[in-house]
Amino acid sequence: MPADGAMTLPAGSAVAPAFTGHRLRRAAEAFVIPFGALVVAMILFGIFMALIGKNPLDVYTLIYKGGFSSGFAWQNTLQRAAPVILTALCVALPAQAGLIIIGGEGALVLGGLAAAVVGHAAAGASPLVAQVAMALIAMIVGGTWIAFAGALRHYRGVNETISSLLLTYIAIALFNHLVEGPLRDPGSLNKPSTQPIGDALMVGHIPGMDVHWGLVYGLVFCAACYVLVRYTVLGFALRIVGGNVRAARLAGLRVGGLVLVSCFLGGSAAGLAGMVEVAAVHGNANASLIAGYGYAGILVSFIARHNPLAVIPVAILVGGIGASNGLLQRRLDLPDATVLVLQGIAFMVILAAETLYGRFRIFQPREQQK
Amino acid sequence: MDLGWWGVPVAVLGGAIRVSTPFLFVSLGECLTEKSGRINLGLEGILVMGAMSGYGVSYLTGSPWLGVLVAGIAGLSLGLLHGLICSLPRVNDIAVGIGLMLLGTGLAFFLGKPFVQPKAPTLPAIHLGDWASSPQVQSALQINVLFIIGAALALALSWAFRNTRWGLVVRMVGDSSDAARAMGYNVNQVRVLATAAGGFLAGVGGSFLSLYYPGSWNEGLSSGQGLMAVALVIFARWQPLYCFYAALLFGGAGALGPALQSVGITSGYYLFNATPYLLTLAIMIATCSPSRNLAGAPGELSVTR
Repeated sequence: MPADGAMTLPAGSAVAPAFTGHRLRRAAEAFVIPFGALVVAMILFGIFMALIGKNPLDVYTLIYKGGFSSGFAWQNTLQRAAPVILTALCVALPAQAGLIIIGGEGALVLGGLAAAVVGHAAAGASPLVAQVAMALIAMIVGGTWIAFAGALRHYRGVNETISSLLLTYIAIALFNHLVEGPLRDPGSLNKPSTQPIGDALMVGHIPGMDVHWGLVYGLVFCAACYVLVRYTVLGFALRIVGGNVRAARLAGLRVGGLVLVSCFLGGSAAGLAGMVEVAAVHGNANASLIAGYGYAGILVSFIARHNPLAVIPVAILVGGIGASNGLLQRRLDLPDATVLVLQGIAFMVILAAETLYGRFRIFQPREQQK
Repeated sequence: MDLGWWGVPVAVLGGAIRVSTPFLFVSLGECLTEKSGRINLGLEGILVMGAMSGYGVSYLTGSPWLGVLVAGIAGLSLGLLHGLICSLPRVNDIAVGIGLMLLGTGLAFFLGKPFVQPKAPTLPAIHLGDWASSPQVQSALQINVLFIIGAALALALSWAFRNTRWGLVVRMVGDSSDAARAMGYNVNQVRVLATAAGGFLAGVGGSFLSLYYPGSWNEGLSSGQGLMAVALVIFARWQPLYCFYAALLFGGAGALGPALQSVGITSGYYLFNATPYLLTLAIMIATCSPSRNLAGAPGELSVTR
């Protein structure tokens, strides 16, 4: 028996506190390990900066300045975080069912294109109706695109990670073809674009801030997904599929349907991100839509360990680092890929830290500390 | 002499030889890695890193072959990183591959910024088509030494997997880590070495992109070749010789867009350029199966389970 005092308590009186203690410890572990990994990543990136002759402290000061120091910086950060919150869900939701989907960029691009087409066609309709129609079509297109990867996985055994990224390349080719060909606005000379959706239908800004409503869409979507995954039967079934497909089959769950649903929901989040970019930022669909938000979402979801609520702060962090990019380029003469390097290092360290879960005794429930 | 419409198949054939080399090297590297039971999706990042470092070294030293070597070494170190991180318990090799994709391209774009403008000495070609009067045929038969090395390597790997102790150990580790452990082999060590060697080959494949065709360094140089090569290995059933044929097929598909453009078909330009991705996807749909393991698949490979 251990020298642990808790074990000598009468079992009955210890049940409730041990249970909450258990959850607290798990929560602390889920917070401390990724946070520690981020700190390690920052140190590694600092060493990298020092090696190429920049002062790491200057770099981090500028990241703070550009991303989080002022109201202006925060607005810039949130503006960038809005689509990333949604594309991260495109990774996080299928991950509940055990799939690694990295094709959010494709769903975003096609969703945005569909929204732009519908928005142009709906000129003159009431803004609310038009915006709902744009959001719905974008979600359907994005959802179907990712559900295709899920269907290939389930019905044909095609690896979903590879197929979803291939689908992204195909989506971008399709997007470029349509925007520069059949759907091109003849008036867009230098930068091929679709017909504008018009100012009347644009999604506005949140009152008092220079941030568009897309951020709220993302927050609501995240909260809904959290409830879905955590507190509904569907979410529970998804997590069983993700944990053990054979067990799920034995329990009589319809694995195929669950895989498709999780992929469709994830893809619809990415599609909505495309609609937000079109209807709140660009006003039409053009190549600016292919900005790598889908790839940033992969990083965010993995750091958040595919938890739909944790996605929000992580996306804001990543958005802030992105927002400081311009400042880093101007002040320290760093290339624009600096942020990519930091993200890459962070990604690798976070994944390596996966091995630490369950290794620290302090995070384990007392019963297991024998 | 103008070939007219015949220029399309000739260009596709020439393209198959020219464009296939990076596919060939990356797929051989990935084949080796996957035979040991791991999948490295980060070869895309390694490819870009190899392209950048090869070009940079060739520009700084004036020797393209030194560039090829350094590209291989850069690939080797990234492969080593992937192998070591995946050796930690409960770390997912597919996820680490995605991370490596990001890190490799990020590092390459960061360090490669100064090399976007300058012109580096590139690799020489062997002219096998000088007998022909048509310039198209001549250019189609310009073959790079790396292509020949790659073809020889496919043969050598194919032989080594069957006939050498090393080949057998790699295959055993990939098929059953328990059996390998029982025989006294260090599973992780074999896998790390196989991933590092695979990274070396992918880095060399990347240097071909920047040092021969297209023959310059910029941030849009690779567009998924590394990833397609991973799919190509599945299509090739983990056989180095089939990798060679599959690389030729993919090279031909990649050359279709530019070939059609050269005879004046420009309308579906983006769609034609998407041919390799569509081909990859179609091939994966046709060859994969949900119910049985693929013939020839290493037993420990997570991508097929």
